[in-house]
Amino acid sequence: MKAVCWHGAMDMRVETVPDPKLLNSRDAIVKITSTAICGSDIHIYDGFIPTMKPGDIVGHEFMGEVVEVGRDVKRLKVGDRVVVPFPISCGQCFFCKSDLWSLCDNSNPNAWMAEKLYGHSPAALFGYSHLFGGYAGGQAEYARVPFADVGPIKIPDGLTDDQVLFLSDILPTGYMAAENCNIKPGDIVAVWGCGPVGLFAIKSAVLLGAERVIAIDRIPERLKMAQEYGGAEIINYEEVDTGEALKEMTGGRGPDACIDAVGLEAHGMGLEGFYDKVKQAVRLETDRPNVFRQAIVACRKGGVVSLAGVYGGFLDKIPMGAAFNKGLTFKMGQTHVQKYLGPLLERIQNGEIDPSLIITHHLPLAEAPHGYDIFKHKKENCIKVVLKP
Amino acid sequence: MEETVHSNPEQPQSLGDAERWSSLITGGAMVLLGLRQRSLRGALMALAGGGLVYHGAKGQQGLAEKVAETAGLDQSVRVERTVTIVNRTPEELYRFWRNFENLPTFMRHLKSVTVINHTRSHWIANAPMGNSVEWDAEIITEQENRLIAWTSVEGADVDNSGFVRFQPGPQGRGTEVKVVMEYKPPAGIVGATLAKLFGEEPEQQISDDLHRFKMLMEAGEIATTDGQPMG
Ligand SMILES: NC(=O)c1ccc[n+]([C@@H]2O[C@H](COP(=O)([O-])OP(=O)(O)OC[C@H]3O[C@@H](n4cnc5c(N)ncnc54)[C@H](O)[C@@H]3O)[C@@H](O)[C@H]2O)c1
Ligand SMILES: [Zn+2]
Ligand SMILES: [Zn+2]
Repeated sequence: MKAVCWHGAMDMRVETVPDPKLLNSRDAIVKITSTAICGSDIHIYDGFIPTMKPGDIVGHEFMGEVVEVGRDVKRLKVGDRVVVPFPISCGQCFFCKSDLWSLCDNSNPNAWMAEKLYGHSPAALFGYSHLFGGYAGGQAEYARVPFADVGPIKIPDGLTDDQVLFLSDILPTGYMAAENCNIKPGDIVAVWGCGPVGLFAIKSAVLLGAERVIAIDRIPERLKMAQEYGGAEIINYEEVDTGEALKEMTGGRGPDACIDAVGLEAHGMGLEGFYDKVKQAVRLETDRPNVFRQAIVACRKGGVVSLAGVYGGFLDKIPMGAAFNKGLTFKMGQTHVQKYLGPLLERIQNGEIDPSLIITHHLPLAEAPHGYDIFKHKKENCIKVVLKP
Repeated sequence: MEETVHSNPEQPQSLGDAERWSSLITGGAMVLLGLRQRSLRGALMALAGGGLVYHGAKGQQGLAEKVAETAGLDQSVRVERTVTIVNRTPEELYRFWRNFENLPTFMRHLKSVTVINHTRSHWIANAPMGNSVEWDAEIITEQENRLIAWTSVEGADVDNSGFVRFQPGPQGRGTEVKVVMEYKPPAGIVGATLAKLFGEEPEQQISDDLHRFKMLMEAGEIATTDGQPMG
């Protein structure tokens, strides 16, 4: 089959590799019909995710048709159309039973690596480095899906791939980021980053009852989409001082909740941005946390800072004093996708949310390298790329 | 709980000793910490029969060995690792483990285990560079559904002894499985080579084995990517 393989920073190749096989009796093989490039893939593309090996198949936002099932698969059958959540979860451990699916105890064969770095291992993820299990990903023609009865959700007829594909990751991710804000009537939520995750966080904050949402980015077409698709007020951080603007827009109080939908490759301004770029380049700092810092400072006293953007390692100069003395709450994590599949599918069916509207590009799988290039560099007004195997 | 003692009593030591080891092994948290310089096998022997002395392999402990042990010059590697499994009782886990022929399914370095009789079994493990090492193991003492303690017997390529213990976790948090073992590699192998006898740090290896045991018992399968495609 054809698959997108990582070969080093800025080097994604579409290669012919063997087809996947069933390895455990509860695996299924899915023939992929749609698969997307995520902001998280850009961290891999840029070489910021350790423990990638040349030749690793990437991709974790995919859906398709079940073409083979292991002998112990009960719920899925050949021919079912499914969306596959990006965390791989067993369904049996304490964490799965507690609806904390991205923290599954039993899916990461390389748990020891994560234990060394994090103390405990989170769930394995599709196509996301050996630290997270080393599973072949879904930017390919076929994928092997472990615990097939646990993760994948069957899609009813009448919904297009574009409408449901993002259930695999970014829609639940934006939703969980908003849910973590514990939104109350009258609340103002600020969202840094108007990429796909930020856009769904904005949309979800509104659905969950935020009175106003303020979106922050610098890319005009993304800000426009935040305004038109999400109904947000916008701040272009290259044109105004974000901190001052947020104060003014919230009556001096600061946003009740702040969502970081940017993560470890945040674009930095001025001296501070330069400092992080240099430190990250020489590996003295693994992550560039400008947005996280800004959110802490901007957030109203007693508010919530919710992180959807990914962090992987060590962060420098986090204003802990501000966070502590303002009594902030931090919420974060890889999304517990399985928890949100049913409720969000319902919202899509009701017409409350149409995730397909953020797609700007459909490309054949063979053009994946071009897809990475335009998504990373925001060329051709690119916001979200869907690949068609 | 019923206790079976499989070794023959010989040269009883003080009874207080046995009680002390018994409470260490069946009770508290870090067994190795409590053992300090004392050999694990010695402690297990004490537990087995109010102060038994092992009379297989090397017979009585030689003076040199005794000195080395007391001075902490002992070349043995000691490991203690624990895992907690939420949805299985000590009985279920004990039963699976007690059929030693099941162990190679989750202990990656084991090639095979053959049960010879109720207390004796033959073990073959992979060693670096395509070699293998073999030994016979004898159960020193066991408590049904709770504890299995073993030691290798004369002629072992790798002298080893230890125990595995199954007990309810704190506050009903599943079943805690603890492995404590000690092994002495063949003469002449020291330092780093010794630590990596099976190609991996011993702590790491036991941890990984226990984690695979957890996966198998809790989730019903061992997560793997062996055999998947790559570019
Ligand atoms: N928590 C999860 O489970 C999860 C799941 C999916 C994605 N993510 C993460 O979410 C983040 C965003 O993903 P995406 O797909 O939307 O990516 P993206 O790269 O398209 O979006 C990031 C946006 O942030 C903007 N940005 C950069 N620096 C900024 C700054 N200083 N201030 C404000 N905006 C800034 C960029 O212009 C861009 O529009 C990534 O870190 C990704 O890894 C997390
Ligand atoms: Zn993603
Ligand atoms: Zn689990």
